[in-house]
Amino acid sequence: MSRELDILQGVLLDETFQVGLEEVERLCGLDRATLETLVCEGLLPPRGGTPGEWRFSGPEVRRLQRALRLRRAFELDWAATALTLDLLDEIERLRREIRLLKVCGGR
Amino acid sequence: MQYKDYYKILGVNRNASKDEIKRAYRKLARKYHPDVSKEADAEARFKEINEAHEVLKDAEKRAAYDALGSHWKAGQEYRPPPGGGAYGQEFHFDAGDAAQFSDFFSSIFGGMGGGRGHASGAGFRMRGRDEHAKILIGLEDAFHGATRKLQLEVPEVDAQGRVTRHTKTLNVRIPAGITQGQQIRLAGQGQPGAGGGANGDLYLEVEIQPHPFYELDGKDIYLHLPVAPWEAALGATVSTPTLGGPVQLKIPPGSQSGRKLRLKGRGLPGRPAGDQYVILEIVIPPAKDDKARRFYRRMAEEMPFDPRAQLGV
Repeated sequence: MSRELDILQGVLLDETFQVGLEEVERLCGLDRATLETLVCEGLLPPRGGTPGEWRFSGPEVRRLQRALRLRRAFELDWAATALTLDLLDEIERLRREIRLLKVCGGR
Repeated sequence: MQYKDYYKILGVNRNASKDEIKRAYRKLARKYHPDVSKEADAEARFKEINEAHEVLKDAEKRAAYDALGSHWKAGQEYRPPPGGGAYGQEFHFDAGDAAQFSDFFSSIFGGMGGGRGHASGAGFRMRGRDEHAKILIGLEDAFHGATRKLQLEVPEVDAQGRVTRHTKTLNVRIPAGITQGQQIRLAGQGQPGAGGGANGDLYLEVEIQPHPFYELDGKDIYLHLPVAPWEAALGATVSTPTLGGPVQLKIPPGSQSGRKLRLKGRGLPGRPAGDQYVILEIVIPPAKDDKARRFYRRMAEEMPFDPRAQLGV
């Protein structure tokens, strides 16, 4: 049991992580039509160029995965999923603001 | 294995209607879904709620579960009858879900492949499901990077389609500069694929432990720094802690409490690195003996100062 385990080096899905359409389809288990719907519903910011040129960042991949989990658990349609995500973002933003106000004492 | 009271988990009666079960599930899911919940045990609770709902929402599965009888108590030692709980029946469920459910569930409804479960079927190639887990790390580890040992429960399907579980240990590199909510993707470390399909991936979502004196915002760090009145009034260079070690911070003369000073690039590393913000907090020495009191009185006499001038009183 003393065998040393190999150290696994994962990929950090931060802002510098960028993938194209095919990779995002694979990472999130989505098809192209659904992904286009999500962009149209405003779940992801609008993309320029042809879908082949679209790039997605790490936080966007997380947002997509989160959307799919919520949609499935609560049987939401895409509009309700987008609304839920927006409200969760807003809660996160407000919590952050409260935290910073507490730290800086309102100054 | 332990008997699971699915009705109790959802908080409904044994004769609850389909609608009542759905409503109870949704209410609990809103409270415990890991994407919306702030509860500490959200992940484990949601898994349990999901499993109970999976069984009770479906008439056939519910009947098979009810057939075990109502004399069982939650947590009671349960030994499945030979051949399984609902022998000869076929159940339909999502293989990825089923693999996450308890041994108790598997003992009634069978495994993922072949056998009584009807999820994958022989010759069906399927990619394993992605797994998501949270990992709690300290701020120092986020700054310097670290290696973490993780233990995960991995479901395995035998030739008879039975699900067994074993514990897998992973040694994972936490990159320096990782921050709250970011994900690390470990390709192929999710659930095993079926019929020669590829393994799923493992996503680790980072949660940073609260620190006794640093506050984190993205890659930026906030710190309250106590200073003496004369340091704030006259200006001074003082030693200030940062995650990378102490630095000398220049306090400009005439600083008030709450003044925010920036130490560029002293936050979490990255491109660009975060900054550290230092918030000054003037602390007055207590007037605890005659000498100190005399000194304060002399200040009052020799240094005319009205802190309430703007209030017009």
